[in-house]
Amino acid sequence: MINSNAKTLLEVRDLTASVAGVEILKGINLTVRAGEVHAIMGPNGSGKSTFAKVLAGHPAYTVQGGAVLFEGRDLFALASDERARAGIFLGFQYPVEIPGVTNSAFLRLAYNTVQGGRGKDELDPLEFDDLVREKMKMLEMSPEFLSRSINDGFSGGEKKRNEILQMALLEPVLALLDETDSGLDIDALRVVAGGVNQLLTPDNACVLVTHYQRLLNYITPDYVHVMSAGRIIKSGNKALALELEERGYDWLLDAKKAAA
Amino acid sequence: MSTVLDNLVSQPYKHGFVTDIESETAPKGLNEDIIRMISAKKHEPEWLLEFRLKAYRHWLTMTEPQWPNVRYPKIDFQAISYYAAPKPKLKKSMDEVDPELLRTFEKLGVPMHERAALAGVAVDVIFDSVSVTTTYKEKLAEVGIIFGSISDAVRDHPDLVRQYMGSVVPAGDNYYAALNSAVFTDGSFCFIPKGVKCPMDLSTYFRINTQDSGQFERTLIIAEEGATVSYLEGCTAPKFDTNQLHAAVVELVALDDADIKYSTVQNWYAGDEHGVGGIYNFVTKRGLCKGRNSKISWTQVETGSAITWKYPSCILLGENSIGEFYSVALTNHRQQADTGTKMIHIGKNTRSTIISKGISAGHSNNSYRGLVKIGPRAEGARNFSQCDSMLIGAKCGANTFPYIQVQNPTAKVEHEATTSKIGEDQLFYFQSRGIPTEEAVSMIINGFCKDVFQQLPMEFAVEATKLLGLKLEGSVG
Repeated sequence: MINSNAKTLLEVRDLTASVAGVEILKGINLTVRAGEVHAIMGPNGSGKSTFAKVLAGHPAYTVQGGAVLFEGRDLFALASDERARAGIFLGFQYPVEIPGVTNSAFLRLAYNTVQGGRGKDELDPLEFDDLVREKMKMLEMSPEFLSRSINDGFSGGEKKRNEILQMALLEPVLALLDETDSGLDIDALRVVAGGVNQLLTPDNACVLVTHYQRLLNYITPDYVHVMSAGRIIKSGNKALALELEERGYDWLLDAKKAAA
Repeated sequence: MSTVLDNLVSQPYKHGFVTDIESETAPKGLNEDIIRMISAKKHEPEWLLEFRLKAYRHWLTMTEPQWPNVRYPKIDFQAISYYAAPKPKLKKSMDEVDPELLRTFEKLGVPMHERAALAGVAVDVIFDSVSVTTTYKEKLAEVGIIFGSISDAVRDHPDLVRQYMGSVVPAGDNYYAALNSAVFTDGSFCFIPKGVKCPMDLSTYFRINTQDSGQFERTLIIAEEGATVSYLEGCTAPKFDTNQLHAAVVELVALDDADIKYSTVQNWYAGDEHGVGGIYNFVTKRGLCKGRNSKISWTQVETGSAITWKYPSCILLGENSIGEFYSVALTNHRQQADTGTKMIHIGKNTRSTIISKGISAGHSNNSYRGLVKIGPRAEGARNFSQCDSMLIGAKCGANTFPYIQVQNPTAKVEHEATTSKIGEDQLFYFQSRGIPTEEAVSMIINGFCKDVFQQLPMEFAVEATKLLGLKLEGSVG
């Protein structure tokens, strides 16, 4: 929901970043206010996922220039775990498997660490169990997920549900969801998107990185941005996503070339 | 890989102090005179001197094993002192023990009084080569348990020692066992008579304090019919920039229906990050399940030593006997470990379980080497082995050398192995959920080692968890 008086949560200015010496982001500008949903679309290799990972602080990426303010603070002054405690959440495209560590122990440690970072009380295992089971119902997840190792042997859909479960527990200020829709069948997509919708409030915001407009049938974006070669080349509203669905990306890229 | 990983593995060694106790040390070098001197110092009977000399003469004909996957300069066995004893003579009660020595154990985190009293653990402390004190000796004696130094046992129960010593690990078994048989100076002896369930965990702490001295302790544990015992062993050493040799022999004998559980947390000094100094740990540990339905279970957490060469094994002779091996071996910096087990199935329906978890960090090299042998008469024998390796960083190595020899067609042998890695992506996953790196590593490592830690007595499990955390501090990132 757009409200131009809402608080600015994220302000990205001329952000450039590289991985292994190759520049991927070549000057990104983006402002996200509370209550907004932004969709970032674009062809493969345009830098969408990189953008999300750079914001979350993935160590493989090096910020070259520009600035990012998160709730008015210099985001890059914070380590990745500090960013998470400050309220940034990255929903992974490919969540890693961690054999041997149970999901419940991991979720509780994450929850209590983030709660502690916000000066709130930690929950003991029993209290936490009640909370997590309630959140799992929303995502139609079976309680047996709690006793399994983190993402170990999970199907693609189960991993994505587990990501949104973490979002539900950590209640981020800004959620960056990296291709949360990939690998989901229609039913799973509906459940996962429904979960995200329930978590959106006028005080938080969400940036969806996606290839396909079908996710946007479930989560309505306020803004749609198209990335190409490390830049946002066009921004619009939901209509832009529909147009992309129909016409592909080429016309935009061609138009950009022509303009150049 | 980044500094966080590096930092996490670079925690300084906390037990690297030297205790200022006057010690009586034999001149360096090894010959028959030295052996006679050791034997005389300890007022040993003639048969034991013969045992030593026979072992020594056999040792002279042997060569160091070359097959382990470890590299080190040739050891000069003449540059080692084979006897070092704290000078204030042995005391009979705790109050008489040199307070300096007690402070050492305080520093090590082994407050003997409290530990013994609160936890009901009887502790035998081996300082360099001499057993200093045994707590709870009298209480144990009431139920007929003999627990104390092997020197005392030789004096007080010579027939028992003579009957069993060398019966599981013969004097000429291997190079280091032969050396130990020739020069061992002390160690622990434990005898649980028929039908007795040992009412408390028995514990030994080993410490090498003197530079250039070797430690050659010898442990012998006998559980008679239906007896049960849980035995804990902890090890530390000060920091010296020379390598110290530790060549121990441990023999366990379980008769019908007996159950021996042997747990080790080994934290010898591992050398610095460049591989200077540290203990060479060349140890022979073997248990004999002699009786029907007997059981021997080894649990080890190996975190120290520059070089570890160690294969706690079980000979499953009695029908229905059970052998178990649970191991966590962690190597960091330039440490090298070649460790594993041997399960020798001889009797019918014998069963064995091997769970090995190897963790390598820094530039270290960690090998699992195991043998499962099913003899021709071992009808219905079963083995399950699981060997998992975890790599932290990109400069370490992990190897698995499983040997399986089956001579009976009814046997069932299963082997599973995995290799995983704590990499940037796993850590970033935790960080992106607000969890700092060190907590993430500790959670991943504890998850990885869970199956082994569950086997440790409670206190040791807590200690082991902390120890792994310390050892890896600064190594991940």
